[in-house]
Amino acid sequence: MKQALKLKHLSNPAIHRLKLVVFLACLIPLARLAVADLGADPVDTLTRSTGRWALNFLFISLAITPLRKFTGWLWLVRLRRTVALYSFFYACLHLGVYVVFDQFFDWAAIVRDIAKRPYITAGFFSFVLLVPLAITSTNGMIRRLGGRRWQHLHRLVYLIAISGVFHYLWLVKRDITGPAWYALILCGLLSARMLTRPRVRTGALDKGSMSSTIGVSGGTSMMVERGRE
Amino acid sequence: MLIKRAFSGDPKPSEITDAKSYAARRCFLKFSCATAMGAALMLPTESPWAEENGLAADFNNLKASPFSTTEEKTSFRDATRYNNFYEFGTAKGDPERNAHTLRVRPWTVAVEGEAGKPRIFDIDELLKISPLEERIYRLRCVEAWSMVIPWVGFPLAELLKRVEPTGNAKFVEFTTLHDPEQMPGQRSTMLDWPYVEGLRLDEARHPLTILAVGLYGNVLPKQNGAPIRLIVPWKYGFKSIKSIVRIRLTEEPPLTTWMKAAPREYGFYANVNPEVDHPRWSQAKERRIGDFLKRPTLMFNGYGEQVAHLYSGMDLQKYF
Ligand code: HEM
Repeated sequence: MKQALKLKHLSNPAIHRLKLVVFLACLIPLARLAVADLGADPVDTLTRSTGRWALNFLFISLAITPLRKFTGWLWLVRLRRTVALYSFFYACLHLGVYVVFDQFFDWAAIVRDIAKRPYITAGFFSFVLLVPLAITSTNGMIRRLGGRRWQHLHRLVYLIAISGVFHYLWLVKRDITGPAWYALILCGLLSARMLTRPRVRTGALDKGSMSSTIGVSGGTSMMVERGRE
Repeated sequence: MLIKRAFSGDPKPSEITDAKSYAARRCFLKFSCATAMGAALMLPTESPWAEENGLAADFNNLKASPFSTTEEKTSFRDATRYNNFYEFGTAKGDPERNAHTLRVRPWTVAVEGEAGKPRIFDIDELLKISPLEERIYRLRCVEAWSMVIPWVGFPLAELLKRVEPTGNAKFVEFTTLHDPEQMPGQRSTMLDWPYVEGLRLDEARHPLTILAVGLYGNVLPKQNGAPIRLIVPWKYGFKSIKSIVRIRLTEEPPLTTWMKAAPREYGFYANVNPEVDHPRWSQAKERRIGDFLKRPTLMFNGYGEQVAHLYSGMDLQKYF
């Protein structure tokens, strides 16, 4: 109990150290790809691994707000932006592998693929929506947009996650175990968001407290909007 | 010629069945002792497995085939660690990890149905049906990757001849072993087990169609469909059914496992065709295992000259 109380607030230096740890930890999947045996089909391994981690980090960033509510550790939210930006980072690598090794810069073929293959369409949709969220993830952008509009925009993260899961579901040949797990977890995350009543009130959205709610995933946004109506 | 036949058609079934240890079995499985004559007639076969383990190849005096490609072969390691064999799991590495539970001796193959002389063949008998040949074929998976594999086998036509198909026989149905004890993947209901595949009789009799019992000069590893599997090189890999226990001649087209699982995605023919896409992905290109970039996929996997006539006048968009 005492321990929990202690964890509720961390000093700024502690948070900075934690941020650095998270920053480095998120590079582990990439480091492993650099040194591991990529198997008989290295391109497939790269595609799958980067795709998985793009989705994993997206899900982790989505889990942060419910987790913060559950544990009362307010500083968790300050790790959210790092994790969410890593989702974008791995999505970029993922797309890069596809553009270079699957299509070798054949842009016409890529456009055809996006238009014709539902699983590519869904992946592309996710990726395109990630871009504005990444761009507006800086403190400056949050200030410029204003908390409310920013949160509005960042609700897109749920759409990104849903279409990411469909992307995965539609590409498997027969064994849907993998995407089914992600779908289940996503349902859990969405219901956690629905069930945790927002404690944030209008006043919480002034500039001062914004710095603690920044992140690519606008975790609280939906609930905040609801609470204000 | 006679001598060659005698050598390649002279396995030692008793030794094969009696062998206790894996390595010993591999030694005994050699198709002929390396006599001077044998050596003179020997087709040099590359056997990385054997080399690594300080053993001679299982099959030595294989007949070369004009159907073989001269393209660079996929490495033995990749060909035996990257497999689709859902009976042992759906990840590419699962078959290599899990297939050790498969018992390949004793093994029989029932050849039945519309046949004048249906009967059950012992695997060791099948090894002697016809001189074993090395066939270096391209293998194109429906998932848009490919390999080049030196199979050891014999024409399926030779086996079919033995059972004398009747006039009613129009198709051939193949069935994989069904035993969840040996094949843990069959405990899941992902596919309707046992795995069933089929060919038109003329496809089955085509000289390119073989039953394979080995690769790279060695006995077929379990993850590759031991002890006997089909190879139809102009069709997507899933047609080349593994670990066969039954071959049935039929009048009606067999309903294959993948047709049952996803009729919109998998047809009876499944000929490699860069112009007919899988509904969810393109078949225009493929990645040769070992390469980074994709290459164009060839019509009938490059065997058009030999097989295109089988499908003349057919709408291949419809009969995919
Ligand atoms: C234009 C954007 C995208 C393209 C072209 C693309 C393409 C692909 C391709 C070609 C595969 C492999 C299919 C296979 O090996 O059969 C794949 C797998 C995957 N992608 Fe994407 N993708 C895109 C965006 C995304 C995004 C934004 C995410 C996540 C947020 C994502 C997550 C995944 C996952 C989880 C897998 C499956 C990994 C596995 O099988 O273990 N993709 N994608």
